[in-house]
Amino acid sequence: MTPPPGSLLCAEQLRKVYGPTVALDGAEFSIHPGEVVAVMGPSGSGKSTLLHCLAGIVTPDSGTIMYQDRELSAMSDGERSALRRSDFGFVFQFGQLVPELTCVENVALPLRLNGTPRRPAEQAALKWMERLEVDDLAKKRPGEVSGGQGQRVAVARALVTEPRVLFADEPTGALDSLNGERVMELLTDAARTTNAAVVLVTHEARVAAYSDREIVVRDGRSRDMERAV
Amino acid sequence: MSIGHTLLGLLEAGPRHGYDLKRAFDEKFGHDRPLHYGQVYSTMSRLLKNGLVEVDAVEAGDGPERKRYAITEAGVTDVERWLTTPEKPEPYLQSTLYTKVVLALLTQRNAADVLDVQRAEHLRGMRILTDRKRKGDLADQLICDHALFHMEADLRWLELTAARLDKLRQAVTR
Repeated sequence: MTPPPGSLLCAEQLRKVYGPTVALDGAEFSIHPGEVVAVMGPSGSGKSTLLHCLAGIVTPDSGTIMYQDRELSAMSDGERSALRRSDFGFVFQFGQLVPELTCVENVALPLRLNGTPRRPAEQAALKWMERLEVDDLAKKRPGEVSGGQGQRVAVARALVTEPRVLFADEPTGALDSLNGERVMELLTDAARTTNAAVVLVTHEARVAAYSDREIVVRDGRSRDMERAV
Repeated sequence: MSIGHTLLGLLEAGPRHGYDLKRAFDEKFGHDRPLHYGQVYSTMSRLLKNGLVEVDAVEAGDGPERKRYAITEAGVTDVERWLTTPEKPEPYLQSTLYTKVVLALLTQRNAADVLDVQRAEHLRGMRILTDRKRKGDLADQLICDHALFHMEADLRWLELTAARLDKLRQAVTR
């Protein structure tokens, strides 16, 4: 597979089957550094499976995934885990923060796992919490903050390692409109500042409107909507 | 909604008299607002003048002559152009979108493509509004929000219709 020029992460002919269910059936994808791509589609269309394959969480049955010049689909589990820690960030809809840790400890966690000492890790975490406008929550535990605040803490944690690719799966799914919009504004601003690519899975058009372009997944197949017009 | 394009699209199935065209229009698209005869004949005169239809046969009767109209090559091209050109996103265009989808089904075109092209156009409009909202003051934000909610409703309709295309095909081609 030859990646499209300038692409950071791309996939070709992805197929993934779970028992009798075909989750992906020839899906394609590509994203450039600094680009925000929305992955849309009805429930059960395969959009989350596509995200999990692209992020190296799930191995496709067939097809190729290239990250920079490396074939993700040919890496060992250990290599993919290392890559996820160093180059990828994740934001999900629910339950991402460790309830026993304070918010700043949660945000610092990926750096601590990569071996950064506590003080510099928490300093970097605070910088990202300021950017996400939640630095005043540093000493609180996740159970003491609102859903919108908790999601901003989760975004800060996803960005603290300055990943090259941020994977966001329904990041505003549990938030009201105003909080959802603020999270999207801060998330896309922060990603653009660091030139990170964002793979944004959403079924909400108002969230997808924060992207640069969208692909639609239906029955496991993807369609690049730029080419639909 | 463009009555001219809709009548042209109906003619793609084969030549029809003005009365048959009105009846087909009312049945498929008229609902509670049937066409007036005057609208049909003035529209057909315009289409004839523009070379999009031709008179296929004339029948003499007790009253005025009855003309049977047929679509021309230029007419087919015109319908094709109308169906494949997205509408400018604006509130309350469902009736136009509905007509386009039904006509695409009736003329064996790809109705899913009609919906996808429109969907992409709507999302493009929503991106422009979202960007304006981010850079604007509260008044801008509220004005953009109003438009965004309407466009979001259109998009939900487009998605729902895409999911029901097979049933709609069965219903309209019965």
